Amino acid sequence: MARIAGVDLPRDKRVEAALPYIYGIGPTRAKEILTKTGVSPDTRVRDLTEEEIARIREYIDNNFKVEGDLRTETQLNIKRLIDLGTYRGLRHRRGLPVRGQRTQTNARTRKGPKKTVGVRRKK
Amino acid sequence: MSRSTKKGPYVDPKLIEKIREMNRKNEKRVIRTWARDCTIVPEMLGHTIAVHDGRKHVPVYITEDAVGHKLGEFAPTRTFRGHGHHTERSTALK
Repeated sequence: MARIAGVDLPRDKRVEAALPYIYGIGPTRAKEILTKTGVSPDTRVRDLTEEEIARIREYIDNNFKVEGDLRTETQLNIKRLIDLGTYRGLRHRRGLPVRGQRTQTNARTRKGPKKTVGVRRKK
Repeated sequence: MSRSTKKGPYVDPKLIEKIREMNRKNEKRVIRTWARDCTIVPEMLGHTIAVHDGRKHVPVYITEDAVGHKLGEFAPTRTFRGHGHHTERSTALK
């Protein structure tokens, strides 16, 4: 079983495709890790030797911030903007898009599922 | 696209001149400015700058964390009062 950075990698996938299951590692970093550690990207995760896993684990520990640490960092960055009283912090607080996108329509990723607002008139 | 590093940060020439003058005299005064696009540089630390929001000047106290941001980020230009309240007019219609 390959457990790297506190995440179980899917056994049946190629390592190149399995590494991006770790938060903070995408296709580019996955490729970089494999070239630098000299592991073939085509090996299946279940076929990795203990020694290869150790090398990959070490390379990630030394070079990247992943999983919990990375999430904490992102949260701290957002918190900083909020505490500073910036416009971007305000948008984070309100749960609205931060980078100047339109909000009359769309922006559903930030705003979440539609909720109808409007004045209900009495009959 | 972000600004070329060759030019350095954009700092409003008139504003920074006033800040330097104040630093020289060691005084602290609130300066009003319309330069919302001016980057906050370390020289402004500890000063209070009144940034225009389109209607009035909002006093902004410059802390260390604010360095690198723009003055305008601290003075919101829009006031949102919320949608769909029951006002007298909307309830009076029938």
